[in-house]
Amino acid sequence: MKPEISTETKVQSPKKPLRKRFNIKEEYLWGYLFVLPPILGFMLFAFLPMLFSIYVSFTAFDLYNPAVFNGLDNYKRLLFEDDLFRKTIINTFYAALGIPLSIVLSLIIAMALNQKIKGLSFFRTAFFLPTVCSIVALTLLWRWIFNSDFGLLNIMLGSIGIDGPAWLSSETWAMPAMIIQGVWSGLGMGMILYLAALQSVNPALYEAADIDGANGWNKFRYITIPSISPTTFFLLITSTITALQDFQRFMIMTEGGPNYATTTVVYYLFLNAFRYMEMGYASAMAWVLGLIILVITIINFKLSKRWVHY
Amino acid sequence: MAQKVEVTWYQNRQKRAVIKRVFSYIFLTIGAAIMALPFLWMVSTSLKSPGAIFTIPPEFIPREWRWDNYVRVFTDADLLLGFKNTLMIIIPTTIVGLFTSSLAAFAFAKMRFPGRDMLFFALIATMMLPGIVTLVPQFIIFRDLGWLDTFKPLMIPGMFGAAMAVFFLRQFFMTIPSDLIDAAKIDGLSYFGIFLKIMAPLAKPAIVTQGILGLLAGYNDFMGPLIYLNSPENFTLQLVLASFRGYYTSEWTLIMAGSVLALIPTLLAFFFAQKQLIEGITMTGLKG
Repeated sequence: MKPEISTETKVQSPKKPLRKRFNIKEEYLWGYLFVLPPILGFMLFAFLPMLFSIYVSFTAFDLYNPAVFNGLDNYKRLLFEDDLFRKTIINTFYAALGIPLSIVLSLIIAMALNQKIKGLSFFRTAFFLPTVCSIVALTLLWRWIFNSDFGLLNIMLGSIGIDGPAWLSSETWAMPAMIIQGVWSGLGMGMILYLAALQSVNPALYEAADIDGANGWNKFRYITIPSISPTTFFLLITSTITALQDFQRFMIMTEGGPNYATTTVVYYLFLNAFRYMEMGYASAMAWVLGLIILVITIINFKLSKRWVHY
Repeated sequence: MAQKVEVTWYQNRQKRAVIKRVFSYIFLTIGAAIMALPFLWMVSTSLKSPGAIFTIPPEFIPREWRWDNYVRVFTDADLLLGFKNTLMIIIPTTIVGLFTSSLAAFAFAKMRFPGRDMLFFALIATMMLPGIVTLVPQFIIFRDLGWLDTFKPLMIPGMFGAAMAVFFLRQFFMTIPSDLIDAAKIDGLSYFGIFLKIMAPLAKPAIVTQGILGLLAGYNDFMGPLIYLNSPENFTLQLVLASFRGYYTSEWTLIMAGSVLALIPTLLAFFFAQKQLIEGITMTGLKG
């Protein structure tokens, strides 16, 4: 028996490096094959379109005739001549004011739902309802809730003696109405993510704080907030990106009006590209917005080092 | 004396816990009512006669129950066709997309090959890029391919796998011990076999979660169909719903009936997937 084993090892040892290299190469091959589809999709549907849109942004292009190079004209027009673009930027950031409100509210809801209470799944479903529903159905519904004459909101306000405004047809109130609608529809996702985060906070931390005699506020401030900060960060980043690109609900509910009070950058971009057939101009707009989002995301990442604890 | 202090402290704590719980219930009930009210309103409106929706004060219980609104949604507009078109787009897209995404996620998480991390980063970067930047060139590409007014632009890109799904699933695969893979290799299982027989079953919660999110996103997608589909016979559910507004401006009751019907599949999906969905999120990296 003994010599047999030693022969085997002797025979195998010179072959081993070869076989190992073969195995590794095989792993490379399969690895590349497995990641090929998404990478190919990325090249075809993201990277090439990106390069092309940079080029188009320096041209006048109506989709049907060949693009005509016009240098920085689109960007000049965008930044210095188009007052409407400036207005849509302001509108977009105004609409984004709903983000902090939504984050705080979803944390409060998640904390209330993180206790051992009855009807948990009922409450969870109720708060998650808007997330499951289609944007079209929701916005149609809200258009009607905000109706000045027979809308639900003003009738409810009327019952407590408040004369409600003509929400969506008022230049002053259209955006606050859209913020209310946005916060309402975004609560579910934030709630679910915070709930998951709260459930994973180390209970030993609270027990230690109890022994030290910490009160509820201190526990919240020094344990809960830091522990869930990665989730807060995730929500902040994703909801900022979504909010700055938001336009579908504006398109259905207000059509950007009244008097462009609710025209967001992306809705304006959409109008330019697909209604006025100014593809070059729309592409320039996309890149200006893309750069703004990039800068905000980078600032968010840099600041996160001060308050996000992993 | 010391013991008495301790007892009152304990009693105070109990009392505070009860007060906290009562407040939580009041808060949650009011909150849930605010969240659900629009839906109840929607259902109530969908059953009213056209004139009844303008009565002041509004009536939650319709005086005259108009069940035929639900019939008219199908006879006056093609809601069924929209539903069928939507399913024809999202089911194959989600299944194929889930397969390619999870296979790539497995490779990114557990296999070694040069440039792996760089490729992964490039893929993740697409999530940060605003989708609208590539909208115009994508439109041109699809136009030149002759794909406009077909389902292809809504299906083919998704079948290559989605960056978000790859990221989400990779986080999950990372938590599965590599020992399992090594053992399977010794047993002579191929890499595809390892994925199919070991990784995929273990990652079922995450894959199901991703599948449901993908189906929901496809079902509710409005923008994609709006840009690429023109002929009414190609309209998805969301386009049919949106078109009610144009053609039936005064017929709110029909719009609401259509919306209620559109909600049913997604609500069912959430009810059945609720536990899976929340567990899926808790188990992956998002918990922080």
